[in-house]
Amino acid sequence: MTSSLLLPLLGGALIGLSASLLLLANGRVAGISGVVGSLLAPVRGDIAWRVLFFGGLVTGGLLLAWLRPASFAAPVSLSAGGVALLVAAGLLVGFGSRLGNGCTSGHGVCGISRGSARSIAATLTFMATGILTVFLARHVF
Amino acid sequence: MRPNISAFLSGLLFALGLGLSGMTDPANVLGFLDIVGDWDFRLAFVMGGAIAVHAALRPLIHKRERPLFAAKFPAFSASGVDRKLLVGAGLFGVGWGLGGYCPGPALTSLATGATQLLVFVPTMFAGMYLAQVLQARPNASAGTPSLGATSAP
Repeated sequence: MTSSLLLPLLGGALIGLSASLLLLANGRVAGISGVVGSLLAPVRGDIAWRVLFFGGLVTGGLLLAWLRPASFAAPVSLSAGGVALLVAAGLLVGFGSRLGNGCTSGHGVCGISRGSARSIAATLTFMATGILTVFLARHVF
Repeated sequence: MRPNISAFLSGLLFALGLGLSGMTDPANVLGFLDIVGDWDFRLAFVMGGAIAVHAALRPLIHKRERPLFAAKFPAFSASGVDRKLLVGAGLFGVGWGLGGYCPGPALTSLATGATQLLVFVPTMFAGMYLAQVLQARPNASAGTPSLGATSAP
């Protein structure tokens, strides 16, 4: 049990370090939806670091896929229903994270770390609707 | 170290953290959200570990007058808890519970080229774009700060 908790803790610590590095060096909050979403309405002089952060994420993904492929879910052949579900999920995640000004990283990690009431409220809300959605999907329908 | 290198390294560290912690496998995420099923609480330690490290380092960082490569530290929305925040977070949670992906893990997993990400990531960007267009309309919720470059959660 202790060993199965070690990786989540270590991974979490790396995420905390990453957020600290971005704040210290770039003066930015490591909220993924904000960092990457702002590229959809790019502001001159505020593009390069966002693209580079995105590039770092993808490069990290490539490293993991090479060294530790078990980190990821296996590719699946999607049924029509599976595609519809993922489209709905993607639209909601994208729309909701921009409307609510943050996602798991921005509100859940960075916001809570500085004791922001907005972020605590947002995190409790998306945890609650996430739990409710999984409950309905797995135990009701 | 230059600002773009630090941004790249931060993204890289973030992705490795997500991968090691198990966040990049939606089965873990859905197991964590399934509190009445066979609850897999391990992912709570991801957020716990991240918050512990960032909360400890943040005050030290803020002892500086300014960041290493930027003019100032971020300014935060003073609007308090409002309906837009809660509706957005609520919808985000529903999507998270449906697919098991939030933005960071989805973008990190893109590198695998798995079919599910080739569907999820473009639609996630479409959803982000839709929210931005909606909020950029001149009559959209007056008095609420827009999602500009300086806005942060």
